[in-house]
Amino acid sequence: MKVIQIDKNDWNRGIDASRKAYHLFGPVTDNNQSMFKQLAPDQYPDMEKPDTIMSPKSVLFPQTEKLLGATLDPTAENHHIMERPETDYSPRAVIGIRPYDARAVALVKLNFDTPEYRDPYWCDAYAATTFVGLAVNQPSVTDFSTAMGSGPFAEEGLDALLVDAGDLYLAKVLTPKGEAFFSAAGFDTVADTDESLEKIEQLKNKAETAMGPLAVFTDKLAQKSILDLHGAPFWEDLAFTCINCGTCTFVCPTCWCFDIQDETKGNSAARFRNWDTCMSPLFTKHGSGHNPRGEKTQRVRQRFMHKLKYFLDKYDSGTMCVGCGRCVEKCPVNIDIRQVCNKMNSYEPQK
Amino acid sequence: MDNPYRPYPVRIDEIEIATEDKSLKTFKFVFLNEEDGEKFSHRAGQFAELSIPGKGEIPIGIASSPTEKGFVKFTVFKTGVVTSYLHNMKVGDIMGIRGPLGNSYPWDKLEGKNLVIIGGGFAFTTLRASIVYMLDPANRSKFGKIDVVYGARSPGMLLYRDELFEWERRDDINMHITVDGTDDPTWGYNVGFVPTIVEQKAPKASPETYAIVCGPPIMIKFTQPALEKLGYGDEQIIMSLENRMKCGIGMCGRCNIGKELVCKDGPVFTLKELNRTPREY
Ligand SMILES: Cc1cc2nc3c(=O)[nH]c(=O)nc-3n(C[C@H](O)[C@H](O)[C@H](O)COP(=O)(O)OP(=O)(O)OC[C@H]3O[C@@H](n4cnc5c(N)ncnc54)[C@H](O)[C@@H]3O)c2cc1C
Ligand code: SF4
Ligand code: SF4
Ligand code: FES
Repeated sequence: MKVIQIDKNDWNRGIDASRKAYHLFGPVTDNNQSMFKQLAPDQYPDMEKPDTIMSPKSVLFPQTEKLLGATLDPTAENHHIMERPETDYSPRAVIGIRPYDARAVALVKLNFDTPEYRDPYWCDAYAATTFVGLAVNQPSVTDFSTAMGSGPFAEEGLDALLVDAGDLYLAKVLTPKGEAFFSAAGFDTVADTDESLEKIEQLKNKAETAMGPLAVFTDKLAQKSILDLHGAPFWEDLAFTCINCGTCTFVCPTCWCFDIQDETKGNSAARFRNWDTCMSPLFTKHGSGHNPRGEKTQRVRQRFMHKLKYFLDKYDSGTMCVGCGRCVEKCPVNIDIRQVCNKMNSYEPQK
Repeated sequence: MDNPYRPYPVRIDEIEIATEDKSLKTFKFVFLNEEDGEKFSHRAGQFAELSIPGKGEIPIGIASSPTEKGFVKFTVFKTGVVTSYLHNMKVGDIMGIRGPLGNSYPWDKLEGKNLVIIGGGFAFTTLRASIVYMLDPANRSKFGKIDVVYGARSPGMLLYRDELFEWERRDDINMHITVDGTDDPTWGYNVGFVPTIVEQKAPKASPETYAIVCGPPIMIKFTQPALEKLGYGDEQIIMSLENRMKCGIGMCGRCNIGKELVCKDGPVFTLKELNRTPREY
């Protein structure tokens, strides 16, 4: 384990140096909203505000992405034959991603990179990306990541972890990709390992203590039967206030469901994929009008069952919620996944 | 690298109006590139995405049998944007096919067994593929008795009519063709809903007999009790489902029933498997 120390006065110079080798993405404030964006040539990641409203999932999975294109001009060779457009997959680095969001990337990978099929768009973007995380010294009140297999200093999915230690960052180098980023940035001052790991441990304990006891439990979810949970009596009540706005799924770093739509402009045809949401009644409506999840309650149940039960059963990699707290904060009617999780975890069917 | 979203280019080689009211047409496609045709080797029961550049993509069951070489066939009901556009296309037009997708009927398990094939409406497509596959001279001896119950709303709505009546004349397959109703006095076959005819005509269950059911949700719902009355167990009833799909490869998250994805883990499930999942289909 190598720890590098970065004087904050050198930060911008290093960021500039790294631009020669990487497209940079980082937290920026835009229209009063903080989110992860590709940085303009003179822009720096806002390391004071990395708790973005939107998760960084769009770096690998853009909200709208062109999958294929074709010409419809019958005189052209190859007309009506769909091909993948040229996309720039040169190295990119995401600076300041929070550990819970990095775990989310690792979970989403299970969907897009399977033994049977590989989603080339997501996988190529993933392969090109270096994740330079920033530990959370002061967790927000809605952060329950430690209860969901992540935590303020968790390392899963990261290539490096920066820890804000006042005037300097202590950077844990976790993978060769992380190593390459620091050398491109010219950050090469190796810190005293024992001393810095101890410092990091202190900050970690402080952050975790500040989170307090998190009463969110997942320990019994694996033993429950899908049918029991699906048939539980609490869904109707729980979904009552939901307005199906889809906010919870759009802000979520692990929600990956998408729609595919075609468009034509003049003689060119394009096929796009767009983020979609299981909260929308159209999501599962057949052409015949039949809809297996036509009722709001069925859709709310689907969201929680997918995150907290189906995913868990399917991959044995924990729940599909990393505890970032965004949906808790942003739901206009205060539907809280922490409560739903506990309800499901403690549910015993009446025999 | 392979791109599972990229359709193989195909040319429409033949279009056949399949029903009296012209709401169903059968399209025969040939691959523009021979290698694509070789990669597209399917098993009966699988589906594919038909892809019209600029219009969209739709999942459709493969109606031709793996034993029919050099082309693939699909029978499509005109219902919305993409299917209507397809119905207006001409022989020679170029479009795309992505697949084959999904699992198939469990042919390994079905070899040596008797089969009851039950289909309703235009969901008969993959069952046609199965029947042609089993009746192929190279395959017929691998299966025992074959019974088919197939129903449509009226005689004019029956698919693959020429083949149906040809199978009707053969003695190595028992056909039970039915219509919901007809005012044609010369109609010499059954009248009644599929589940009723199943109860009357399908063979009683035996450990050596499997039933394959493919049809609209309502037909599936009422056929299940009919088969159970005849003694069929949960593992002997095999169903093919249709949920709304987009990606067809397990990624868009649309078609799940419980933790199963109809596009990838299905569309074929045994009733035993379905009994373990929520009824969201
Ligand atoms: C596994 C499978 C096999 C099928 N086999 C056949 C077949 O052999 N013949 C046939 O005529 N039809 C079949 N269908 C139904 C067919 O997919 C729909 O009728 C078709 O998608 C309607 O498309 P549209 O654009 O004309 O309709 P619209 O109503 O304009 O659009 C419906 C949209 O829903 C999507 N969709 C996906 N799955 C379905 C579904 N099951 N029902 C309705 N919409 C769906 C399509 O992407 C389409 O863009 C099958 C469906 C599935 C899932
Ligand atoms: S954010 Fe809240 S109201 Fe909106 S869809 Fe999600 S649960 Fe329902
Ligand atoms: S479900 Fe809510 S808390 Fe969990 S990862 Fe998604 S947005 Fe964050
Ligand atoms: S159609 Fe996309 S997951 Fe099944």
